Amino acid sequence: MTIREVLLSVDGVEATYNHAIRALSGVNLTVRTGEIVALLGANGAGKTTALKALCGLLAAERGQITAGRIRYDGEDIAQRSPAELVRAGLVQVLEGRHCFRSLSVEDNLIVGGQARGWSRAALRRELERVYTLFPRLRDRRGSLAGLTSGGEQQMTAIGRALMARPRLLVLDEPSMGLAPLVVESIFAALTALNRDEGLTLLVAEQNSTVALRHAHRAAVLENGRTVLDGAADALRDRDDIKAFYLGVGLGAAA
Amino acid sequence: MDWSFFTEVLVGGLLSGVMYSLVAIGFVLIYKTSGVLNFAQGALLLFAALTFVSLTERGLPFWAGIALTLAAMTAIGALIERTVLRPLVNQPPITLFMATLGVSYVIEGAAQLLWGTQVHGLDLGIDDLPLEIGGVLISTFDLFAAAVAGAMVAGLTLFFRYTRIGLGFRAVADDPLAALAVGLSLDRIWTAVWTASGVVALVAGLLWGARLGVQFSLSLVVLKALPVLVLGGFDSIAGAIVGGLIVGAVEKLAEVYAGPLVGGGIEGWIAYVAALGFLLIRPAGLFGAKPVERV
Repeated sequence: MTIREVLLSVDGVEATYNHAIRALSGVNLTVRTGEIVALLGANGAGKTTALKALCGLLAAERGQITAGRIRYDGEDIAQRSPAELVRAGLVQVLEGRHCFRSLSVEDNLIVGGQARGWSRAALRRELERVYTLFPRLRDRRGSLAGLTSGGEQQMTAIGRALMARPRLLVLDEPSMGLAPLVVESIFAALTALNRDEGLTLLVAEQNSTVALRHAHRAAVLENGRTVLDGAADALRDRDDIKAFYLGVGLGAAA
Repeated sequence: MDWSFFTEVLVGGLLSGVMYSLVAIGFVLIYKTSGVLNFAQGALLLFAALTFVSLTERGLPFWAGIALTLAAMTAIGALIERTVLRPLVNQPPITLFMATLGVSYVIEGAAQLLWGTQVHGLDLGIDDLPLEIGGVLISTFDLFAAAVAGAMVAGLTLFFRYTRIGLGFRAVADDPLAALAVGLSLDRIWTAVWTASGVVALVAGLLWGARLGVQFSLSLVVLKALPVLVLGGFDSIAGAIVGGLIVGAVEKLAEVYAGPLVGGGIEGWIAYVAALGFLLIRPAGLFGAKPVERV
């Protein structure tokens, strides 16, 4: 792969909740245009907090960034509102899917496009694009999202984010609670987007096997700091990944 | 038992219940999108009625008075959201509740400062003559109030179903964090909601003002809305309607049929007893927060 421009860089970011509970104590991360980057780590390692920090969502959970810098597309974005970031193309699919449960699948998608203020024709085009990527959603477009299956909800959540035409799509545990076949098909769709449209992806996963199979590079978080960073295929075979993943292998790279 | 009398009491109760629903809807709008129980709704209602009365007493024509009051209410709604609630966003619910309690006194004080403390009569030009329908006497004013409430609910429903901001409102009510993550501007939606509840306060204020006279005790109708909300659920407009109807009917029927047994005066408190009983059986209310979920 050729060296490409840095789209997102996270430098020494620290964060707390309620100014008291320390959640991140030194996260470093670089995502280049066109890459798929996996963010790995055990439960509670700080993956979700890190992703929320870079999408401006920490404040909504009484969290705050206390140190470090986050740059997206060359600009410092620590103080930007989520709405501004979405318009700039930085969109997150939250952990646990978070569909609008009492809205239809199609209305979920339409809300996803609202930040962009699409015209009627553009909205049609974007919907068509999502339905082509996830044909299941076309069949279920009229169903309430809360009544669809877990996989369909994950597709709805991803489709909703795609409606804003992201440049960097951030996904938090997209495989959580889903059957392996469904996980495969979702990752296949994401990989296709990356390959065909050059969409850059940052994926946090506990399921390191799946994530490393699709990612170009990966970073590992432990206790709120980055402990390992490298090419995905190099990390794939290393046992200490497993150790970090389980949270027992201290020190090796810290 | 005299059935036509019973029907008359029941219908009268249901129609007066509509008046409670009008107040409750204002609560529901704000609670649903921001989780704030807006105690200031009663003060808003009073302010609206008082502003309208004072303007028309100073010689302004009816519709000009409505328009001006409407403008004032939307401005106040947006101002409260902007200056009080937005800075307090993500604080615990009790903090927000206390803030609205404070706001309600500020509004009442401001109303007094601006318009004085006199009691005003409010005439909407509707005669409160009994109308006989199928042998049952019904108050024309109550019918009018019910029609206005119906029109308002229809308007709100259409708004939420078919407009962009309405869709955004439903999304925020469903999942605020997800709404934030997809780039909806919560501030804008909250401003719209506070504006809408200001409009609801105007409608309710005019009808209640015409019924009771415009005076400071008018702001206490919030207390009447609480049992309605407990019965119907804090986050459902349909619940506010049904809850209001139930409370109205229960009050009147209890007063007429059970009142004589205990020497009367039931009307004032029976709704709270009903609400209390309901809390024990179904805390979410009849229509409250029924999550859409697969089982």
